[in-house]
Amino acid sequence: MCKECGCGLPGENPVGISAHRHEHGHDHHHHDHDRGHAHDHEHEHDHDHPHDHEHSHEETDAGHAHDAAVATHRTVEVRRAILDKNDRLAKRNRGFFLGRGLLALNVLSSPGSGKTTFIRETIRALGKRLKTGVIVGDLATDNDAQRLRESGAPVVQITTGTVCHLEAEMVANALKQLDLGGVELLIIENVGNLVCPAAYDLGEELRVVLWSVTEGEDKPLKYPPMFQSANVAVISKMDLATACEYQRDVALANLRRLAPEAIVFETSSKTGVGLEAWCEFLLARHRSLKETAA
Amino acid sequence: MHELSIVQSALSLAVGQMEQAGASRVYAVRLKIGALSGVVPDALRFAFDALSAGTPAEGAQLIVENIPARFWCAACQREFEGSQLFAECPDCGELSRELRAGRELELASLEID
Repeated sequence: MCKECGCGLPGENPVGISAHRHEHGHDHHHHDHDRGHAHDHEHEHDHDHPHDHEHSHEETDAGHAHDAAVATHRTVEVRRAILDKNDRLAKRNRGFFLGRGLLALNVLSSPGSGKTTFIRETIRALGKRLKTGVIVGDLATDNDAQRLRESGAPVVQITTGTVCHLEAEMVANALKQLDLGGVELLIIENVGNLVCPAAYDLGEELRVVLWSVTEGEDKPLKYPPMFQSANVAVISKMDLATACEYQRDVALANLRRLAPEAIVFETSSKTGVGLEAWCEFLLARHRSLKETAA
Repeated sequence: MHELSIVQSALSLAVGQMEQAGASRVYAVRLKIGALSGVVPDALRFAFDALSAGTPAEGAQLIVENIPARFWCAACQREFEGSQLFAECPDCGELSRELRAGRELELASLEID
């Protein structure tokens, strides 16, 4: 299905095949009431037919269409978010994070934009200023978790199999495996994909969308939903800007058109450019989060 | 491109609502899909046909109502539809800070027996 990542089903729990099909043969005694009452068959019948239909019909003279086989369609208003369940679990995660004074980031990008290296270098640059834990999602392998452990931070890998995005429930489960003792910053590295994860709230405080100078100035224009939802935009691999003739003004103008509110950081994980400003920002956000929680 | 997951969730919700209403068949499913939801309606249809098979919603009609992206322009004090999903007011060129519609992924209503 998914051309980018081979996105599939979450697996278990196929839609209720169990839904009861009334196969009982309605043997009602058709007492000859050939006239019309509006009988919409909403009475409770237990499944041990035959039932005796003791309701007293007020007979009138019009044609009676008492036939259970004729389907009477009715419309029910639902007005519920399709991802209602995920949204509720995300809310629970958010409460959990806030209760612990934990600043949670959901880091998103295309595959290969440099998320893992950026996160590793962020942890290094923060040093002892903010204790960090990481949850990392990938379709397969724990290579990223291994690379991130080099930073000394506690790391839990979520291997999603065929699912192209992280969901709030996966994060909640991963949290149980993560040693949260003293952790103040939780970085969730989502599956590399700029489309699917946009719809799934994980309960994060900040959604951080990363894109590298090698991907072109028009990346935000190609993926509006993702960029539109970003609180923070990180432009990575700034050390390659000259080599790929990166046009900074164009890139920033494109970003602004979709995400006027996003806070922008231009960074290089290789040279360290921009990382200190990013760390200062995280420290300030963590302070204000703790004040809110207190 | 995560339309299978979305349809799976929509079908679970629809069948649950159908059962709550004491019905046993779903004849139509109406969804509201925002232009900024990241979901492709055609892919939804494909996924719906595949996943509804063998459920009480098999053969049901899928009706998708597309919701355009609508922003609020504070300078002009009016709503506008974002051309190409840009938050830029077509009149004054100001960038909107407020998205009012367009992220919907909603099960609006069902037709049941």
